[in-house]
Amino acid sequence: MMRRIIYAHPAPFFVIILLVLWQIVFWLVGRNALLPPVETGLYLVSLLQTERFWGHISETGAAFVIALAIAVVTGLATGLALGMNRTMAEVFEPFLLAGNSVPKIALYPIVLLIFGIGMPAKIAFGAIHGVVPVAIFTLTACNNVPPILLRAAATMQLTRWDTIRSVLLPAALPDIFSGIRIGFSLTLIGTILGEMFGSQRGLGYLLMTAIGLHNVHVIMSVTLLLVLVAATANALLLAQDRRLRNPGGAPQEPG
Amino acid sequence: MHIVFYRLVAVFLPLTILEILCREHVIKPLILPAPSRILLGLWSVVAKGAFNAAILKTLANVGLAIVLSIAVGIAAGAAIHRSRHLRALLEPLFSTYYAIPIYAFYPLFIVVFGLGDAPQVLIGFMLAVVSMIVGTLAGLDSVPAVLGKTARVMQLGPVKTLRSVTMPYAAPYLFTGVKLAVAYAFIGVIGAEFIMSGTGLGYEIRFAYDNLDNDVMYPLILLILIIAVAINMSLDRWDRVLKSRRERG
Repeated sequence: MMRRIIYAHPAPFFVIILLVLWQIVFWLVGRNALLPPVETGLYLVSLLQTERFWGHISETGAAFVIALAIAVVTGLATGLALGMNRTMAEVFEPFLLAGNSVPKIALYPIVLLIFGIGMPAKIAFGAIHGVVPVAIFTLTACNNVPPILLRAAATMQLTRWDTIRSVLLPAALPDIFSGIRIGFSLTLIGTILGEMFGSQRGLGYLLMTAIGLHNVHVIMSVTLLLVLVAATANALLLAQDRRLRNPGGAPQEPG
Repeated sequence: MHIVFYRLVAVFLPLTILEILCREHVIKPLILPAPSRILLGLWSVVAKGAFNAAILKTLANVGLAIVLSIAVGIAAGAAIHRSRHLRALLEPLFSTYYAIPIYAFYPLFIVVFGLGDAPQVLIGFMLAVVSMIVGTLAGLDSVPAVLGKTARVMQLGPVKTLRSVTMPYAAPYLFTGVKLAVAYAFIGVIGAEFIMSGTGLGYEIRFAYDNLDNDVMYPLILLILIIAVAINMSLDRWDRVLKSRRERG
Protein backbone atom coordinates (compact mmCIF):
# COMPACT_ATOMS: atom_id res chain seq x y z
CA MET A 1 0.00 0.00 0.00
CA MET A 2 2.69 2.41 1.14
CA ARG A 3 4.85 1.37 -1.79
CA ARG A 4 2.13 2.04 -4.30
CA ILE A 5 1.65 5.56 -2.96
CA ILE A 6 5.41 6.20 -3.25
CA TYR A 7 5.41 4.93 -6.83
CA ALA A 8 2.44 7.06 -7.79
CA HIS A 9 3.79 10.27 -6.24
CA PRO A 10 7.54 10.06 -5.79
CA ALA A 11 8.07 13.83 -5.71
CA PRO A 12 6.21 14.67 -2.45
CA PHE A 13 7.91 11.77 -0.70
CA PHE A 14 11.24 12.99 -1.88
CA VAL A 15 10.49 16.47 -0.56
CA ILE A 16 9.54 15.02 2.83
CA ILE A 17 12.81 13.07 2.97
CA LEU A 18 14.77 16.19 2.05
CA LEU A 19 13.06 18.18 4.82
CA VAL A 20 13.88 15.45 7.36
CA LEU A 21 17.52 15.39 6.19
CA TRP A 22 17.66 19.17 6.43
CA GLN A 23 16.41 19.03 10.05
CA ILE A 24 18.99 16.33 10.90
CA VAL A 25 21.84 18.34 9.34
CA PHE A 26 20.66 21.35 11.33
CA TRP A 27 20.91 19.36 14.55
CA LEU A 28 24.43 18.29 13.53
CA VAL A 29 25.95 21.65 12.51
CA GLY A 30 24.05 24.02 14.74
CA ARG A 31 22.35 27.37 14.60
CA ASN A 32 25.46 29.28 13.61
CA ALA A 33 25.47 27.71 10.14
CA LEU A 34 21.90 26.69 9.34
CA LEU A 35 18.29 27.34 10.16
CA PRO A 36 15.76 24.53 10.54
CA PRO A 37 13.18 24.14 7.72
CA VAL A 38 10.18 25.55 9.57
CA GLU A 39 12.02 28.64 10.76
CA THR A 40 13.41 29.27 7.25
CA GLY A 41 9.93 29.00 5.78
CA LEU A 42 8.51 31.40 8.36
CA TYR A 43 11.31 33.90 7.79
CA LEU A 44 10.73 33.69 4.04
CA VAL A 45 7.04 34.41 4.60
CA SER A 46 7.91 37.43 6.75
CA LEU A 47 10.32 38.65 4.07
CA LEU A 48 7.60 38.24 1.47
CA GLN A 49 5.44 40.68 3.43
CA THR A 50 7.98 43.51 3.11
CA GLU A 51 7.92 45.86 0.16
CA ARG A 52 11.70 46.00 -0.17
CA PHE A 53 11.96 42.26 -0.74
CA TRP A 54 9.39 42.45 -3.54
CA GLY A 55 11.51 45.21 -5.08
CA HIS A 56 14.42 42.78 -5.25
CA ILE A 57 12.18 40.03 -6.64
CA SER A 58 10.74 42.23 -9.39
CA GLU A 59 14.23 43.47 -10.29
CA THR A 60 15.49 39.89 -10.68
CA GLY A 61 12.29 38.87 -12.44
CA ALA A 62 12.52 41.66 -15.00
CA ALA A 63 16.19 40.93 -15.73
CA PHE A 64 15.42 37.23 -16.03
CA VAL A 65 12.47 37.67 -18.41
CA ILE A 66 14.44 39.93 -20.76
CA ALA A 67 17.51 37.66 -20.60
CA LEU A 68 15.36 34.61 -21.36
CA ALA A 69 13.71 36.35 -24.32
CA ILE A 70 17.13 37.27 -25.73
CA ALA A 71 18.51 33.77 -25.11
CA VAL A 72 15.53 32.02 -26.74
CA VAL A 73 15.32 34.31 -29.78
CA THR A 74 19.10 34.32 -30.41
CA GLY A 75 19.40 30.60 -29.71
CA LEU A 76 16.49 29.72 -32.00
CA ALA A 77 17.82 31.95 -34.79
CA THR A 78 21.33 30.50 -34.51
CA GLY A 79 20.09 26.92 -34.30
CA LEU A 80 17.73 27.35 -37.27
CA ALA A 81 20.33 29.15 -39.41
CA LEU A 82 22.84 26.36 -38.78
CA GLY A 83 20.20 23.63 -39.02
CA MET A 84 19.11 24.71 -42.51
CA ASN A 85 22.65 24.64 -43.89
CA ARG A 86 24.80 21.53 -43.58
CA THR A 87 28.16 23.24 -44.18
CA MET A 88 27.43 26.01 -41.70
CA ALA A 89 26.35 23.40 -39.15
CA GLU A 90 29.58 21.47 -39.58
CA VAL A 91 31.69 24.62 -39.35
CA PHE A 92 30.08 26.07 -36.24
CA GLU A 93 28.94 23.04 -34.23
CA PRO A 94 32.32 22.60 -32.46
CA PHE A 95 32.18 26.24 -31.37
CA LEU A 96 28.75 25.72 -29.86
CA LEU A 97 29.85 22.58 -28.02
CA ALA A 98 32.99 24.33 -26.79
CA GLY A 99 30.83 27.24 -25.63
CA ASN A 100 28.82 24.76 -23.61
CA SER A 101 31.85 23.39 -21.73
CA VAL A 102 33.35 26.78 -20.89
CA PRO A 103 32.87 28.08 -17.35
CA LYS A 104 30.93 31.17 -18.42
CA ILE A 105 31.42 32.73 -15.02
CA ALA A 106 34.99 33.48 -16.14
CA LEU A 107 33.51 35.93 -18.65
CA TYR A 108 31.77 38.09 -16.06
CA PRO A 109 34.52 40.74 -15.77
CA ILE A 110 34.31 41.28 -19.54
CA VAL A 111 30.53 41.68 -19.36
CA LEU A 112 30.93 44.17 -16.53
CA LEU A 113 33.58 46.15 -18.41
CA ILE A 114 31.34 46.37 -21.46
CA PHE A 115 27.99 47.07 -19.79
CA GLY A 116 28.96 48.57 -16.45
CA ILE A 117 27.25 47.64 -13.19
CA GLY A 118 23.48 47.42 -13.45
CA MET A 119 20.56 45.93 -15.33
CA PRO A 120 22.20 45.45 -18.79
CA ALA A 121 25.11 43.45 -17.30
CA LYS A 122 22.79 41.02 -15.50
CA ILE A 123 20.66 40.59 -18.60
CA ALA A 124 23.74 39.91 -20.72
CA PHE A 125 25.10 37.47 -18.18
CA GLY A 126 21.81 35.57 -17.97
CA ALA A 127 21.45 35.48 -21.76
CA ILE A 128 25.04 34.19 -22.22
CA HIS A 129 24.20 31.23 -19.99
CA GLY A 130 20.90 30.40 -21.67
CA VAL A 131 21.64 30.90 -25.35
CA VAL A 132 24.02 27.97 -25.93
CA PRO A 133 21.73 25.09 -24.92
CA VAL A 134 18.83 26.58 -26.90
CA ALA A 135 21.05 26.83 -30.00
CA ILE A 136 22.49 23.31 -29.58
CA PHE A 137 19.09 21.69 -29.04
CA THR A 138 17.57 23.58 -31.97
CA LEU A 139 20.43 22.53 -34.24
CA THR A 140 20.15 18.87 -33.16
CA ALA A 141 16.38 19.04 -33.57
CA CYS A 142 16.74 20.34 -37.13
CA ASN A 143 19.22 17.58 -37.95
CA ASN A 144 16.79 14.99 -36.61
CA VAL A 145 13.87 16.15 -38.77
CA PRO A 146 13.21 13.33 -41.29
CA PRO A 147 14.72 14.48 -44.62
CA ILE A 148 11.59 13.32 -46.44
CA LEU A 149 9.61 16.14 -44.82
CA LEU A 150 12.06 18.72 -46.13
CA ARG A 151 12.02 17.09 -49.58
CA ALA A 152 8.24 17.21 -49.53
CA ALA A 153 8.42 20.91 -48.67
CA ALA A 154 10.86 21.48 -51.54
CA THR A 155 8.56 19.56 -53.91
CA MET A 156 5.64 21.75 -52.88
CA GLN A 157 7.87 24.75 -53.57
CA LEU A 158 7.39 26.24 -50.14
CA THR A 159 9.36 29.38 -49.51
CA ARG A 160 12.14 29.24 -46.93
CA TRP A 161 10.00 31.01 -44.34
CA ASP A 162 7.02 28.70 -44.99
CA THR A 163 9.31 25.68 -44.70
CA ILE A 164 10.51 26.86 -41.30
CA ARG A 165 7.03 27.74 -40.11
CA SER A 166 5.00 24.76 -41.25
CA VAL A 167 7.54 21.93 -41.55
CA LEU A 168 10.74 22.47 -39.59
CA LEU A 169 9.38 24.07 -36.41
CA PRO A 170 6.46 21.65 -35.83
CA ALA A 171 8.67 18.63 -36.51
CA ALA A 172 11.47 19.87 -34.28
CA LEU A 173 9.28 21.38 -31.55
CA PRO A 174 9.70 18.69 -28.84
CA ASP A 175 13.51 18.88 -28.97
CA ILE A 176 13.49 22.67 -29.19
CA PHE A 177 11.24 22.79 -26.14
CA SER A 178 13.73 20.67 -24.19
CA GLY A 179 16.41 23.17 -25.14
CA ILE A 180 14.25 26.05 -23.94
CA ARG A 181 13.59 24.21 -20.66
CA ILE A 182 17.33 23.83 -20.03
CA GLY A 183 17.96 27.38 -21.24
CA PHE A 184 15.32 28.58 -18.76
CA SER A 185 17.18 27.12 -15.78
CA LEU A 186 20.60 28.26 -16.96
CA THR A 187 19.34 31.80 -17.67
CA LEU A 188 17.98 31.98 -14.12
CA ILE A 189 21.32 30.79 -12.71
CA GLY A 190 23.18 33.26 -14.94
CA THR A 191 20.96 36.19 -13.92
CA ILE A 192 21.44 35.43 -10.22
CA LEU A 193 25.21 35.09 -10.70
CA GLY A 194 25.27 38.39 -12.59
CA GLU A 195 23.48 40.02 -9.67
CA MET A 196 25.94 38.58 -7.19
CA PHE A 197 28.82 40.44 -8.84
CA GLY A 198 27.55 43.33 -10.88
CA SER A 199 24.49 44.79 -9.24
CA GLN A 200 23.12 46.84 -6.39
CA ARG A 201 19.66 45.26 -6.47
CA GLY A 202 18.00 41.88 -6.89
CA LEU A 203 18.02 38.50 -5.14
CA GLY A 204 21.62 37.71 -6.12
CA TYR A 205 22.77 41.02 -4.62
CA LEU A 206 20.76 40.25 -1.49
CA LEU A 207 22.48 36.85 -1.25
CA MET A 208 25.93 38.39 -1.71
CA THR A 209 25.43 41.07 0.97
CA ALA A 210 23.99 38.44 3.31
CA ILE A 211 27.17 36.38 2.85
CA GLY A 212 29.24 39.44 3.73
CA LEU A 213 27.17 40.10 6.86
CA HIS A 214 26.95 36.41 7.73
CA ASN A 215 23.16 36.73 7.86
CA VAL A 216 22.10 33.08 7.89
CA HIS A 217 18.38 33.97 7.96
CA VAL A 218 18.56 35.84 4.64
CA ILE A 219 20.96 33.33 3.00
CA MET A 220 18.71 30.40 3.86
CA SER A 221 15.39 31.96 2.92
CA VAL A 222 16.60 33.46 -0.39
CA THR A 223 18.19 30.10 -1.27
CA LEU A 224 14.93 28.36 -0.39
CA LEU A 225 12.94 30.79 -2.55
CA LEU A 226 15.29 30.30 -5.53
CA VAL A 227 15.20 26.50 -5.23
CA LEU A 228 11.40 26.53 -4.92
CA VAL A 229 10.93 28.75 -7.96
CA ALA A 230 13.47 26.86 -10.08
CA ALA A 231 12.13 23.42 -9.15
CA THR A 232 8.48 24.41 -9.70
CA ALA A 233 9.16 26.05 -13.07
CA ASN A 234 11.21 23.05 -14.14
CA ALA A 235 8.49 20.60 -13.09
CA LEU A 236 5.86 22.53 -15.09
CA LEU A 237 8.11 22.76 -18.16
CA LEU A 238 9.00 19.07 -17.84
CA ALA A 239 5.31 18.12 -17.79
CA GLN A 240 4.74 20.20 -20.93
CA ASP A 241 7.86 18.63 -22.48
CA ARG A 242 6.46 15.12 -21.91
CA ARG A 243 3.10 16.17 -23.32
CA LEU A 244 4.77 17.43 -26.52
CA ARG A 245 6.72 14.20 -26.92
CA ASN A 246 3.71 12.06 -26.24
CA PRO A 247 0.72 13.86 -27.76
CA GLY A 248 -1.67 10.91 -27.49
CA GLY A 249 -1.45 11.01 -23.71
CA ALA A 250 -0.84 7.28 -23.53
CA PRO A 251 1.33 6.18 -20.62
CA GLN A 252 4.97 6.02 -21.63
CA GLU A 253 5.95 3.03 -19.53
CA PRO A 254 3.15 0.50 -19.21
CA GLY A 255 3.11 -1.42 -15.93
CA MET B 1 39.34 20.58 -45.93
CA HIS B 2 36.83 23.32 -46.76
CA ILE B 3 35.37 22.94 -43.30
CA VAL B 4 38.73 23.51 -41.61
CA PHE B 5 39.28 26.59 -43.77
CA TYR B 6 35.88 28.03 -42.84
CA ARG B 7 36.53 27.31 -39.18
CA LEU B 8 39.83 29.18 -39.34
CA VAL B 9 38.04 32.09 -41.02
CA ALA B 10 35.38 32.02 -38.31
CA VAL B 11 38.09 32.29 -35.66
CA PHE B 12 40.50 34.73 -37.27
CA LEU B 13 38.16 37.14 -39.03
CA PRO B 14 36.51 38.43 -35.82
CA LEU B 15 39.92 38.48 -34.11
CA THR B 16 41.42 40.59 -36.90
CA ILE B 17 38.49 43.01 -36.80
CA LEU B 18 38.84 43.28 -33.01
CA GLU B 19 42.58 43.83 -33.37
CA ILE B 20 42.02 46.70 -35.79
CA LEU B 21 39.24 48.25 -33.68
CA CYS B 22 41.45 48.07 -30.59
CA ARG B 23 44.51 49.51 -32.29
CA GLU B 24 42.44 52.37 -33.70
CA HIS B 25 41.10 52.96 -30.17
CA VAL B 26 37.51 52.51 -31.28
CA ILE B 27 37.42 50.03 -28.40
CA LYS B 28 39.24 51.52 -25.44
CA PRO B 29 42.09 49.44 -23.94
CA LEU B 30 40.41 49.87 -20.55
CA ILE B 31 37.55 47.73 -21.90
CA LEU B 32 39.38 45.29 -24.14
CA PRO B 33 43.10 45.23 -24.94
CA ALA B 34 44.03 44.15 -28.48
CA PRO B 35 43.90 40.33 -28.94
CA SER B 36 47.62 40.25 -29.81
CA ARG B 37 48.39 41.97 -26.53
CA ILE B 38 46.25 39.45 -24.62
CA LEU B 39 48.17 36.60 -26.28
CA LEU B 40 51.53 38.16 -25.38
CA GLY B 41 50.21 38.71 -21.87
CA LEU B 42 49.23 35.03 -21.67
CA TRP B 43 52.79 34.09 -22.62
CA SER B 44 54.34 36.33 -19.97
CA VAL B 45 51.82 35.23 -17.31
CA VAL B 46 52.66 31.57 -17.95
CA ALA B 47 56.41 32.14 -18.41
CA LYS B 48 56.89 34.30 -15.32
CA GLY B 49 55.16 31.69 -13.21
CA ALA B 50 53.62 34.28 -10.89
CA PHE B 51 50.29 32.46 -11.12
CA ASN B 52 51.56 28.88 -11.06
CA ALA B 53 50.40 28.41 -7.49
CA ALA B 54 46.89 29.63 -8.37
CA ILE B 55 46.76 27.47 -11.50
CA LEU B 56 47.90 24.39 -9.58
CA LYS B 57 45.41 25.09 -6.81
CA THR B 58 42.50 25.33 -9.23
CA LEU B 59 43.55 22.24 -11.19
CA ALA B 60 44.06 20.24 -7.99
CA ASN B 61 40.61 21.20 -6.70
CA VAL B 62 39.00 20.46 -10.05
CA GLY B 63 40.83 17.11 -10.18
CA LEU B 64 39.68 16.22 -6.69
CA ALA B 65 36.08 17.13 -7.53
CA ILE B 66 36.28 15.01 -10.71
CA VAL B 67 37.73 11.94 -8.98
CA LEU B 68 35.23 12.17 -6.12
CA SER B 69 32.25 12.67 -8.38
CA ILE B 70 33.20 9.77 -10.68
CA ALA B 71 33.82 7.37 -7.79
CA VAL B 72 30.71 8.37 -5.84
CA GLY B 73 28.63 8.71 -9.01
CA ILE B 74 29.38 5.19 -10.24
CA ALA B 75 28.90 3.66 -6.79
CA ALA B 76 25.64 5.52 -6.20
CA GLY B 77 24.44 4.82 -9.74
CA ALA B 78 25.06 1.07 -9.29
CA ALA B 79 23.29 1.09 -5.93
CA ILE B 80 20.30 3.04 -7.26
CA HIS B 81 20.10 0.70 -10.27
CA ARG B 82 19.70 -2.27 -7.92
CA SER B 83 16.80 -0.81 -5.95
CA ARG B 84 13.64 0.05 -7.86
CA HIS B 85 12.16 1.88 -4.89
CA LEU B 86 15.16 4.12 -4.44
CA ARG B 87 15.14 4.89 -8.13
CA ALA B 88 11.45 5.80 -8.25
CA LEU B 89 12.03 8.04 -5.26
CA LEU B 90 15.09 9.80 -6.72
CA GLU B 91 13.80 10.23 -10.28
CA PRO B 92 12.26 13.67 -9.55
CA LEU B 93 15.61 14.80 -8.10
CA PHE B 94 17.48 13.90 -11.29
CA SER B 95 15.01 15.67 -13.53
CA THR B 96 15.10 18.96 -11.58
CA TYR B 97 18.66 18.89 -10.26
CA TYR B 98 20.30 21.01 -12.93
CA ALA B 99 17.56 23.61 -12.71
CA ILE B 100 18.58 24.42 -9.14
CA PRO B 101 21.15 27.20 -8.72
CA ILE B 102 23.75 25.13 -6.84
CA TYR B 103 25.88 28.25 -6.28
CA ALA B 104 23.17 29.49 -3.95
CA PHE B 105 24.38 26.82 -1.50
CA TYR B 106 27.95 28.09 -1.60
CA PRO B 107 27.43 30.63 1.21
CA LEU B 108 26.10 27.86 3.42
CA PHE B 109 29.12 25.69 2.66
CA ILE B 110 31.44 28.55 3.58
CA VAL B 111 29.62 28.98 6.85
CA VAL B 112 29.80 25.24 7.57
CA PHE B 113 33.28 24.37 6.27
CA GLY B 114 35.12 27.70 6.47
CA LEU B 115 36.98 29.43 3.68
CA GLY B 116 39.30 26.56 2.74
CA ASP B 117 39.27 24.36 -0.36
CA ALA B 118 36.40 22.20 0.89
CA PRO B 119 33.49 24.47 -0.20
CA GLN B 120 34.89 24.87 -3.73
CA VAL B 121 35.53 21.15 -4.16
CA LEU B 122 32.09 20.42 -2.76
CA ILE B 123 30.39 22.76 -5.27
CA GLY B 124 32.32 21.15 -8.15
CA PHE B 125 31.46 17.71 -6.81
CA MET B 126 27.77 18.51 -6.38
CA LEU B 127 27.48 19.83 -9.93
CA ALA B 128 29.39 16.87 -11.37
CA VAL B 129 28.14 13.87 -9.43
CA VAL B 130 24.55 13.81 -10.68
CA SER B 131 25.52 13.61 -14.35
CA MET B 132 27.80 10.70 -13.40
CA ILE B 133 24.93 8.96 -11.58
CA VAL B 134 22.58 9.51 -14.52
CA GLY B 135 25.27 8.26 -16.94
CA THR B 136 25.83 5.14 -14.82
CA LEU B 137 22.09 4.43 -14.67
CA ALA B 138 21.75 4.83 -18.44
CA GLY B 139 24.76 2.55 -18.96
CA LEU B 140 23.45 -0.19 -16.70
CA ASP B 141 20.00 0.11 -18.31
CA SER B 142 21.58 -0.55 -21.70
CA VAL B 143 22.79 -4.04 -20.68
CA PRO B 144 20.17 -6.50 -21.97
CA ALA B 145 18.64 -8.49 -19.11
CA VAL B 146 19.14 -11.74 -20.99
CA LEU B 147 22.92 -11.24 -20.95
CA GLY B 148 22.89 -10.87 -17.17
CA LYS B 149 21.05 -14.20 -17.03
CA THR B 150 23.52 -15.78 -19.43
CA ALA B 151 26.40 -14.66 -17.23
CA ARG B 152 24.69 -16.28 -14.25
CA VAL B 153 24.04 -19.50 -16.18
CA MET B 154 27.70 -19.62 -17.21
CA GLN B 155 28.62 -18.95 -13.56
CA LEU B 156 30.81 -15.96 -14.29
CA GLY B 157 32.19 -14.27 -11.21
CA PRO B 158 31.31 -10.62 -10.52
CA VAL B 159 34.62 -9.32 -11.93
CA LYS B 160 34.31 -11.38 -15.09
CA THR B 161 30.65 -10.37 -15.56
CA LEU B 162 31.63 -6.74 -15.18
CA ARG B 163 34.44 -7.04 -17.70
CA SER B 164 32.84 -9.10 -20.41
CA VAL B 165 29.11 -8.28 -20.08
CA THR B 166 28.44 -5.01 -18.27
CA MET B 167 31.28 -2.78 -19.40
CA PRO B 168 31.04 -3.33 -23.17
CA TYR B 169 27.45 -2.07 -23.03
CA ALA B 170 27.74 0.54 -20.30
CA ALA B 171 31.10 2.10 -21.24
CA PRO B 172 29.85 4.69 -23.78
CA TYR B 173 27.23 5.99 -21.33
CA LEU B 174 29.76 6.06 -18.52
CA PHE B 175 32.08 8.04 -20.74
CA THR B 176 29.35 10.59 -21.48
CA GLY B 177 28.85 10.87 -17.72
CA VAL B 178 32.59 11.43 -17.21
CA LYS B 179 32.68 14.10 -19.92
CA LEU B 180 29.83 16.03 -18.31
CA ALA B 181 31.32 15.53 -14.85
CA VAL B 182 34.63 17.05 -15.98
CA ALA B 183 32.91 20.10 -17.50
CA TYR B 184 30.70 20.61 -14.43
CA ALA B 185 33.61 20.22 -12.01
CA PHE B 186 35.44 23.01 -13.84
CA ILE B 187 32.40 25.27 -13.85
CA GLY B 188 31.68 24.59 -10.18
CA VAL B 189 35.19 25.09 -8.81
CA ILE B 190 36.02 28.19 -10.84
CA GLY B 191 32.60 29.69 -10.16
CA ALA B 192 33.04 29.16 -6.44
CA GLU B 193 36.50 30.76 -6.58
CA PHE B 194 34.94 33.79 -8.24
CA ILE B 195 32.17 34.21 -5.71
CA MET B 196 34.39 34.06 -2.64
CA SER B 197 37.77 32.49 -1.98
CA GLY B 198 41.37 33.36 -1.27
CA THR B 199 43.20 31.37 -3.93
CA GLY B 200 42.86 29.93 -7.42
CA LEU B 201 42.43 31.24 -10.94
CA GLY B 202 38.92 32.52 -10.32
CA TYR B 203 40.12 34.54 -7.35
CA GLU B 204 43.09 35.96 -9.29
CA ILE B 205 40.82 37.11 -12.11
CA ARG B 206 38.49 38.78 -9.66
CA PHE B 207 41.44 40.44 -7.92
CA ALA B 208 42.78 41.71 -11.26
CA TYR B 209 39.30 43.00 -12.16
CA ASP B 210 38.98 44.88 -8.88
CA ASN B 211 42.36 46.50 -9.58
CA LEU B 212 41.49 47.27 -13.22
CA ASP B 213 44.53 45.20 -14.19
CA ASN B 214 43.46 44.18 -17.69
CA ASP B 215 46.94 42.93 -18.61
CA VAL B 216 46.57 40.17 -16.06
CA MET B 217 42.81 39.66 -16.17
CA TYR B 218 42.33 38.98 -19.88
CA PRO B 219 45.25 36.52 -20.23
CA LEU B 220 43.97 34.58 -17.19
CA ILE B 221 40.43 34.44 -18.62
CA LEU B 222 41.90 33.22 -21.89
CA LEU B 223 43.89 30.59 -19.99
CA ILE B 224 40.73 29.23 -18.32
CA LEU B 225 38.91 29.11 -21.64
CA ILE B 226 41.84 27.32 -23.31
CA ILE B 227 42.16 24.74 -20.52
CA ALA B 228 38.42 24.01 -20.45
CA VAL B 229 38.05 23.76 -24.23
CA ALA B 230 41.25 21.69 -24.64
CA ILE B 231 40.18 19.12 -22.03
CA ASN B 232 36.68 18.95 -23.49
CA MET B 233 37.95 18.49 -27.03
CA SER B 234 40.47 15.78 -26.11
CA LEU B 235 37.79 13.85 -24.22
CA ASP B 236 35.54 14.21 -27.27
CA ARG B 237 38.25 12.89 -29.56
CA TRP B 238 38.97 9.98 -27.23
CA ASP B 239 35.25 9.19 -27.14
CA ARG B 240 35.12 9.10 -30.93
CA VAL B 241 38.20 6.84 -31.15
CA LEU B 242 36.65 4.42 -28.66
CA LYS B 243 33.36 4.42 -30.55
CA SER B 244 34.93 3.76 -33.96
CA ARG B 245 37.06 0.98 -32.46
CA ARG B 246 33.93 -0.62 -31.03
CA GLU B 247 32.10 -0.39 -34.34
CA ARG B 248 34.96 -2.11 -36.14
CA GLY B 249 34.54 -4.94 -33.63
